[in-house]
Amino acid sequence: MKKINIKKTTRSDFITYIGVIIAFVVINTMLNGGMLTRSFSGMLVPICCFIVMAVSLNFTVGILGELSLGHAGFVSIGGFSGVIASQSLATVIESEPVRLLVALVIGALCAAFAGLLVGIPVLRLRGDYLAIVTLAFGEIIKELIKCLYVGIDKKGVRFIFNATGKLTAENLKLDETGEVIINGALGATRTDTISTFTAGFILIMITLIIVLNLTRSRSGRAIMALRDNRIAAESVGINVTKYKLMAFVTSAALAGAAGALYGLNFSGLDSSTFDINMSIEILLMVVFGGLGSIRGSIIAAAIIKLLPEMLRFLESYRMLIYAVILIIVMIATNNPTAKNLIEKIIPKRKKKGAEIDE
Amino acid sequence: MNRFAKSRDKLVPVPSDALIPQRDIDKSPILEARHLGIEFGGLKAVDDFNLTIGRTEIAGLIGPNGAGKTTVFNLLTKVYQPTKGTILIDGIDTHGMNTVQVSKIGVARTFQNIRLFNNLTVEENVKLGMHNQIKYGMVSGILRTPNYWKQERIAHERAMELLSIFDMESLANHKAGSLPYGAQRRLEIVRALGTNPGLLLLDEPAAGMNPSETVELMENIIKIRDTFKIAIMLIEHDMNLVMGICEGICVLNFGKVIAKGSPEDIQSNPVVIEAYLGKKKEG
Repeated sequence: MKKINIKKTTRSDFITYIGVIIAFVVINTMLNGGMLTRSFSGMLVPICCFIVMAVSLNFTVGILGELSLGHAGFVSIGGFSGVIASQSLATVIESEPVRLLVALVIGALCAAFAGLLVGIPVLRLRGDYLAIVTLAFGEIIKELIKCLYVGIDKKGVRFIFNATGKLTAENLKLDETGEVIINGALGATRTDTISTFTAGFILIMITLIIVLNLTRSRSGRAIMALRDNRIAAESVGINVTKYKLMAFVTSAALAGAAGALYGLNFSGLDSSTFDINMSIEILLMVVFGGLGSIRGSIIAAAIIKLLPEMLRFLESYRMLIYAVILIIVMIATNNPTAKNLIEKIIPKRKKKGAEIDE
Repeated sequence: MNRFAKSRDKLVPVPSDALIPQRDIDKSPILEARHLGIEFGGLKAVDDFNLTIGRTEIAGLIGPNGAGKTTVFNLLTKVYQPTKGTILIDGIDTHGMNTVQVSKIGVARTFQNIRLFNNLTVEENVKLGMHNQIKYGMVSGILRTPNYWKQERIAHERAMELLSIFDMESLANHKAGSLPYGAQRRLEIVRALGTNPGLLLLDEPAAGMNPSETVELMENIIKIRDTFKIAIMLIEHDMNLVMGICEGICVLNFGKVIAKGSPEDIQSNPVVIEAYLGKKKEG
């Protein structure tokens, strides 16, 4: 073949893919064998969604190097547009997997469009300023969706935007066959729950292929170059705005797809779910798993979602212990003294990568 | 380049003190700076800077600290937009262009304080230099089309070829940030060469190098010029290097050119000795 010796990065990507596939096969077998508790099997799709959200946020924070606190905003846009698409196409597309696919694509496109609109003015800012603006964006999206009424009847889909606060679902003027899809501040009610664990797995794999292949390509290199040294990147002819936008929009699109999957997993969806807490939770997964580490984000997302469940036996001490575990892990992975201590206890086996670094 | 031909006629003529090596005289110069100037709030950092560099010339820019040498580089690469004057690169007026555009028409540079992509490997750094020569888009990269593999293979081979100038092929998979200082300086030059420049600007390439490394660098600069047939302009405080390899030298003091000429002329020029070189102590 073209290359005889497999590159370190290629091997690392391969391990990530294999790991995800094995995890899926094992969990799916257990699910079909009825070995999982109800609460755990109910969490599978949300975990898949959070994995995709964490990986996509890692693309902005770890690979592009810009702090975004409004990731939930993109998830929200993807979620609600996915729900609208799925509900309004319910009579047109019979097959649920196809409908789910269409909803995911529409969710991704809407979020990507929002990413583009927000990105053009906002990406001129850097660091703290960008973080604050994205934070505001997330909150604005949340409030805007609260004002949205969407319904469907024979004549088609109808939207009204309740800017004055005086309108209700009645104002959609639906006929007798009509159905309200999004009911203002109540959010989406009576959604068909068509998300499946398999769909979640496929979405994770697609996300991984996009993110990992992109970072190993010309465009991804340019994005990482902006993170490392913007002035040098410009000096070798890399268009800063173009690549920043590319990263931001890709990240938003993936978050949108995750949002659509999330939205179609619950019969009711309220826009206040996608608040600053959710953005911070996704950011926590990214930081917990390591900035720029895609595999880390996947593992961290799964752990952070599962930990509170696994600690349920602690009853009222649950969140306290949860916080303590997070603090310990952060210190153990980042504090040099703690790192040395761990290495003394568990001698690190020498990797091939370490040999090159000598 | 017809759209640039018109604007050329209107330009202010350059004072005819251009010093181009004999072999470059029949070719159009790679760089012509005419009456170049920039003011920062009333302070004239560079004023009435005129310089012509031949196709394969090695030119030196020297002067005391704060004379405006790096500012000249920043003007040529459009980090700053000049408030006065014109820069012609390969006959193209760069008025209104930005850093990315002048990079595309063939100006590459290194930095006084090294600016590498520290978290990327040496090979990736060089490939980033070649960014605009690698032709495939984002979608190709995600889907790994045959074109992706082909372009990446060509890029890999070219990167290795460029790294071989400094015998750095074995370092290709190291993180750029983990390299020793001298290797980082060399990598910056290789990355700049990756952009396929016509004019290479080196900002203090020998800073922090020991005498034997400097000698090696001098040989390499000449080798680069001869292999790639490009012009090189360098800022340097090491007079052995400057006098050793530069064919034309321009001396800057307080933003103004105080002397231009061959190394011999510069060394004996009383104004330069007064302002920068200093007198040799007798006995």
